[in-house]
Amino acid sequence: MNLAEFFHMGGYAFYVWTAYALAVIVLALNIVVPLRRKSALLERLARSVKQSNKRP
Amino acid sequence: MWLFFHKLASPKHFYRIAGKLIPWLGGLTLILFLAGLYLGLIVAPPDYQQGESYRIMFVHVPSAWMSLFIYVFMAALSAIGLIWNIKLADVMASSSAALGAWFTFLALATGSLWGKPMWGAWWVWDARLTSELILLFLYLGYIALVSAIEDKRTAARAGGVLILVGVVNIPIIHYSVEWWNTLHQGPTVTRLDKPSIHLSMLLPLLIMALAFQLYYFTVVLMRARVEVLERERRSGWVQELFPDGSLERADVMHQQHSSPVDLP
Amino acid sequence: MTPRRRRMLWVGLVLAGVSLAAFLALTAFQKNLLYFYTPSQVAAGEAPRGYPFRVGGLVVQGSVQRQSDSLTVRFTVTDGAASVPVVYTGLLPDLFREGQGIISIGQIDGGGIFEATEVLAKHDENYMPPEVADALKKSGQTLPTNYGDYRK
Repeated sequence: MNLAEFFHMGGYAFYVWTAYALAVIVLALNIVVPLRRKSALLERLARSVKQSNKRP
Repeated sequence: MWLFFHKLASPKHFYRIAGKLIPWLGGLTLILFLAGLYLGLIVAPPDYQQGESYRIMFVHVPSAWMSLFIYVFMAALSAIGLIWNIKLADVMASSSAALGAWFTFLALATGSLWGKPMWGAWWVWDARLTSELILLFLYLGYIALVSAIEDKRTAARAGGVLILVGVVNIPIIHYSVEWWNTLHQGPTVTRLDKPSIHLSMLLPLLIMALAFQLYYFTVVLMRARVEVLERERRSGWVQELFPDGSLERADVMHQQHSSPVDLP
Repeated sequence: MTPRRRRMLWVGLVLAGVSLAAFLALTAFQKNLLYFYTPSQVAAGEAPRGYPFRVGGLVVQGSVQRQSDSLTVRFTVTDGAASVPVVYTGLLPDLFREGQGIISIGQIDGGGIFEATEVLAKHDENYMPPEVADALKKSGQTLPTNYGDYRK
């Protein structure tokens, strides 16, 4: 199978590749969201701990 | 054994054990995805009727299976949460909902992209498609309900009841193609006699299904960890993660990329 | 907006969403619980007369007649027990061929011919490489064309 044929998908390129692209976007998004939430939360927690440590 | 589960259910131990599991699960997921995509897109032959378009199956079917699995899993967790009052079950259930909704969306969207060239329609109101759409509404209803109620216990209870009521939809989705005349075809893999799919196509399908399954466990643990940390932020063990208000030790326990540190 | 008001709004939205879903489901299921009628049901007079419905079955081998000057095509669908002649003008889905399961939307005219306004292909649950299908054919085994889908 050559590369052009592979991307052509027997004439169904639009349907097949849109489906796979959608899947990749959704799966990637669902990894990024918790990672970002976590780093935001860690920062917030660190700041609040630091502040409470300042108060003797 | 019982002691192990009891320990696991404590937020502190869950946080630690999940943190250790996530990289392994994630790595395995990645390997399975690569293998599944290679077998499904490159090795597997075209279908005798549908040509290359049937390859949409390798993302459509696992998404649809996951949309059902996550719902049943959430129902079980909700029941555990309602009956035994285990907080971790609530956390896992609420962390699963968004993923379930996304998988349902993927199943519907990729199904639509498959239906247009093969059936000749993006969407039809047959029993299978309609009941899967109702599943999406159930997930979205759960998410809206839980986020609308501020008290976490009440939210988990209300959401749990909604999920348990909606369980009736699950057998309807599965058996819709057998009970009623539908445009959607009957089951291929879960037939009682033998799967009516060639091995060269069944193998990538099963590998992709396993990859989706492990992906779900990886991401749900990631989400649940954040949720646990958030809920337990005032408790001692969380405070101990930040000895001098620095992120360093917390990060060691996370085993993740380092967060931006704007602290001395 | 007070938090309590906001919560009430949310719950209202949820209720509205669920009722909308239930309404959609009920209307959809009422009309389409049976997405299509089988040729036997049509022959028995179970299908509605005077307004459109769907009929589903396999396209009979050798029954497809295309008109050379237009997109009009005539064919017969069967469930093995009864059959319905169909006439349709328009583009057919890629999967349309003799022996294929199809579902068409339209109504029966005075002469008992189903005038379709839309034709959808219903593929079966079998997946195999073309070579395997050819080998099956050559060895005299018929491809698994099950009428089961059209005999519920």
